[in-house]
Amino acid sequence: MAVLEVQGVTFSYDNTTPVIENVNLTLQKGELVCLLGVSGGGKTTLFNIISGLHTPQQGRVLLNGEDVTGKTGRISYMLQKDMLLPFRTVVDNVALPLILKGMPKRRAREKASALFEQFGIEGTQKQYPAALSGGMRQRAALLRTYMFSGEAALLDEPFSALDTITKSEMHRWYLDVMDTIKLSTIFITHDIDEAILLSDRIYLLGGKPGTITDEIVIKEPKPRQRAFNLTEAFLQYKREIISKIHTS
Amino acid sequence: MNGKLRSTISNVLLPLAALVLLVFIWFAACEWGSVPKFMLPSPQAVWQAFVKDWELMLSHARVTLTETFIGLFFGILTGFFMAVVMDRFRIVQKLLYPLIIVSQTIPTVAIAPLLVLWMGYKMLPKIVLIILIVFFPISISLLEGFGSVDRDTVNLMRSMGANRLQIFRYVKMPSALGHFFSSLKISVSYAVVGAVLAEWLGGTEGLGCYMTRVRKAYAYDKMFAVIILISVISLLLIWLTGFIQKRCMPWEKINKTRS
Repeated sequence: MAVLEVQGVTFSYDNTTPVIENVNLTLQKGELVCLLGVSGGGKTTLFNIISGLHTPQQGRVLLNGEDVTGKTGRISYMLQKDMLLPFRTVVDNVALPLILKGMPKRRAREKASALFEQFGIEGTQKQYPAALSGGMRQRAALLRTYMFSGEAALLDEPFSALDTITKSEMHRWYLDVMDTIKLSTIFITHDIDEAILLSDRIYLLGGKPGTITDEIVIKEPKPRQRAFNLTEAFLQYKREIISKIHTS
Repeated sequence: MNGKLRSTISNVLLPLAALVLLVFIWFAACEWGSVPKFMLPSPQAVWQAFVKDWELMLSHARVTLTETFIGLFFGILTGFFMAVVMDRFRIVQKLLYPLIIVSQTIPTVAIAPLLVLWMGYKMLPKIVLIILIVFFPISISLLEGFGSVDRDTVNLMRSMGANRLQIFRYVKMPSALGHFFSSLKISVSYAVVGAVLAEWLGGTEGLGCYMTRVRKAYAYDKMFAVIILISVISLLLIWLTGFIQKRCMPWEKINKTRS
């Protein structure tokens, strides 16, 4: 059974012109699925619906078969910016989802702190986010997302604000971490290379109103070699995606 | 080290030099200038007044400070409450905001005698006046601080299932702390001045009372002494506020050095 299922979701902000229409997608356990599309195409809106911040006019969101449409607090959501609270130490930021769920502060801290090493941010626990580099902050933000729920996560352009070198470093790190924690994830990007490099499947979101126009499976086995993005297979996927984007 | 030394010089020594120069000019004007003694007492005379009346001034200062602290406490409480309610309910904000602004256009000097008339010569009118002075900057700045919170941060918190109270506690309140302390720094000095003013207009104790008495006695050396004392008290309170702020907001230090 799919971890997450979006069935026939239609949403509009003003009840007349839909932003997205009849969107269907599934996320299998441990899968990394990418939602690729142009900016302003309704990707973030779709995430807001899946996370329960918006309630769709039509359609349902199912988490492990349970209807969670319009319910917040079930699926972890990481927004574009790291959104670490500047007045909390890194460990207190990461532990916040647990504290919100009612876990005592000390236990939440211990639980969060135990994962710092795995996420490559060991030693930053007592620092404030402002002292961390962009990449480190993003790691902390992902750990916070994971602390919230290990079931399914939504990542909205998690690496788009980083410079190219940091970004490719983060990609490697991300694949490594995902390989161990096996978090089922949908992530948004408008970077085709990033999509091919990281995901098991790619959904193309296009048109107005936005809908899923295509689905591409990336068969390259994981863990992927460092130079995957320089191979002919990679280019083949890229050509396919570009042509599909232009025909839709 | 060199930079640190330089900043010590520019931050501490330069203002101190200006102060010394000012006192010297004052001294010179009294000693060698043509300013008559009854109009401008010399620095030595003011110092002697200090020494002579120190205990009396201190007992009056105790009263003024008590009023100031009680007034500040309830003023902050009122301001905080108003800000929270206005932030939570838009309609209350629409309703009260203009009234609050208008309330601030009424001169303090005009309200003070009325308060004395209504509430007598004891501490109550002084405390009420301080509350009236203090709640305004506090509530406005807190309201602004609550509103300054990033929408996306609130959305993230909501997606984590946080309720209103949790969003307030973990995001809104700490975000507004900076605003709160800047307005508190203004408020503490206003509060002292407010207390003195109210005592001036009616009462039997406090630095304001002491001031009216020495003024009526034409004891301008004592007058100057008490003015200096009031300034020092205000400065100390502002410094104390800054000290508490640093304790309450340890993240500010790193954020400042990094940006």
